[in-house]
Amino acid sequence: MLLEVRDLQVEFKTRDGVAKAVNGVNYSVEAGETLAVLGESGSGKSVTAQAVMGILDMPPGRIAGGEILFQGRDLLKLKEDERRKIRGSEMAMIFQDALSSLNPVLSVGEQLSEMFTVHRGMSRKDGKAKAVELMDRVRIPAAKERVGQYPHQFSGGMRQRIMIAMAMALEPSLIIADEPTTALDVTVQAQVMDLLAELQRELNMGLILITHDLGVVADVADKIAAMYAGRIVEQAPVHEIYKAPAHPYTKGLLESIPRLDQKGQELYAIKGLPPNLMHIPPGCAFNPRCPMAQDICRSEVPPLFDVAPDRQSACFFWKETLDG
Amino acid sequence: MAEAILEVRDLVKHYPLTQGILFKKQVGAVKAVDGVSFDLAAGETLGIVGESGCGKSTVAKMLVNLERPTAGQIKYKGEDITTMSGRALKAVRRNIQMVFQDPYTSLNPRMTVGDIIGEPYEIHPEVAPKGDRRRKVQDLLDVVGLNPEYINRYPHQFSGGQRQRIGIARGLALRPEVIVADEPVSALDVSVQAQVVNLLDRLQSEFSLSYVFIAHDLSIVRHISDRVGVMYLGRVVEIGRDEEIYDHPTHPYTQALLSAVPLPDPSAREHRERIILTGDVPSPANPPSGCTFRTRCWKAQERCAQEVPLLAVPAEFRLAEGPAHHPSACHFAEEKRVVPTETG
Repeated sequence: MLLEVRDLQVEFKTRDGVAKAVNGVNYSVEAGETLAVLGESGSGKSVTAQAVMGILDMPPGRIAGGEILFQGRDLLKLKEDERRKIRGSEMAMIFQDALSSLNPVLSVGEQLSEMFTVHRGMSRKDGKAKAVELMDRVRIPAAKERVGQYPHQFSGGMRQRIMIAMAMALEPSLIIADEPTTALDVTVQAQVMDLLAELQRELNMGLILITHDLGVVADVADKIAAMYAGRIVEQAPVHEIYKAPAHPYTKGLLESIPRLDQKGQELYAIKGLPPNLMHIPPGCAFNPRCPMAQDICRSEVPPLFDVAPDRQSACFFWKETLDG
Repeated sequence: MAEAILEVRDLVKHYPLTQGILFKKQVGAVKAVDGVSFDLAAGETLGIVGESGCGKSTVAKMLVNLERPTAGQIKYKGEDITTMSGRALKAVRRNIQMVFQDPYTSLNPRMTVGDIIGEPYEIHPEVAPKGDRRRKVQDLLDVVGLNPEYINRYPHQFSGGQRQRIGIARGLALRPEVIVADEPVSALDVSVQAQVVNLLDRLQSEFSLSYVFIAHDLSIVRHISDRVGVMYLGRVVEIGRDEEIYDHPTHPYTQALLSAVPLPDPSAREHRERIILTGDVPSPANPPSGCTFRTRCWKAQERCAQEVPLLAVPAEFRLAEGPAHHPSACHFAEEKRVVPTETG
């Protein structure tokens, strides 16, 4: 197992109290595998990833419990300088907004070659040659001429490619991509996802794809972990979840996608709003919005039930959801 | 087709690029919108799709007269609104209202919800006499599914979806006939988008509204629209009824756009053909000659660089009845089905 997150809990101290952003998350990724972490804003999907990367702002954030096993080692027990060695060379992250993640006053060549001079101790000249090679690899036209240009001189799609190049630079075994294509146009999004998938295959990397887009998930993921209010509500291989979801939340999400044969009819909509993390409802956090909620859902937190050997659902009524 | 409530003809918006400080010299223009024509029938929803920079939001702004077009006409019930001013313009504006994309920045944080929704009445006092306004605002809150008692709250006390409802209520306040919605759901959470789409749908039949619905999410546009126009670099490249565009696209850009949309169905992964375009959208300050799409098009030939393709039913489909018979601005238009038929 490449990465295993066990019972991770993260909270944030705010002026109005403690916000429980992640409440016991378990997931795992193997080499060459793509895990999609699906969720809405505030579901804890990005916070979990930041904890794995070790880039959580602490304070106000605090890891309240759990383990993050990366190639068998618990990252939470490592010292900061040990983690820094892993970050970048063993695991890397791609962010949503490439323009604000790249340094505007350094040329892209300098930023790319920094990976090699800092982590690998290469000379500046060799680093620059490597930067050109990387830009070629992510198909930036005229890489040699453009290596000295600054981020604002590239289009959005190309900036995201540079981010990918930077993440890939040291051939890490795990990549975390946080909404990598959300800010891009559809046709450019397809190019970037294609590139990411190709490089992943080539390097046999594990990929954690954080997204809210059910279409992107269906296109690239091997398995899905759907999050709601800081918990995983359903975890399953991608084909199965789209065929028959076992949690009312994932079911609601899938049903609210406009479908051809329902044109002119009302869309299915999950009622209500995602909860405030300072006041997560007792019992199942989804119960106020759930069409199947019973008394037990309001008093007891549902554990993850095994639906199938590689499939779990955190719903007392997963059988009914699966059948209905 | 029912009577057209809006007729847009050859609409152009060029933003001048100048050089020099004292003696500004125009050195070029950003051709944000470069000859757009369409009709909007009463009670109809026209979807406009396209990527960022294609000019769809500029069209929206011109429709509600927030931007003056460089050339072209926008006729509301036969009268050109682009040349109007003063009282006549004010009267027309009442009937064409806008819902904005970002519910976080389009509501004044220092005004209560009641003041925000009631503000249109300050400009058009003839719609609601002063004593009647509070009740009217509460009615509107109720119509968009918010508690009428929230009238004295401030925007920050609401979630994104609720704020968008407030924006919609404000758009409805003057009982307009046309609503221009510019990406009304794209800033919302997935589970909330469907709620707002349903609300817009319901309001349309309740108040017999016509919508111009601008978005980049093709599946939502298809769900809500009767007709769809596809824009690329300031021009409409293809327009038609929703099944004509989605199931029988004839313009290569439409085909590429449709094929690039990720489908929420993992089993479609294997048997779908994807057209991956190379490169980026060219700059509207310096668009390619002829067909503006030719730099990314796999069919481009000599002719495309020289001749601007007109938006008309292509010659090969002109005689044929059927769904391919719709306007498409391509010299080499060809029907191609890119979205697999949905099963189940």
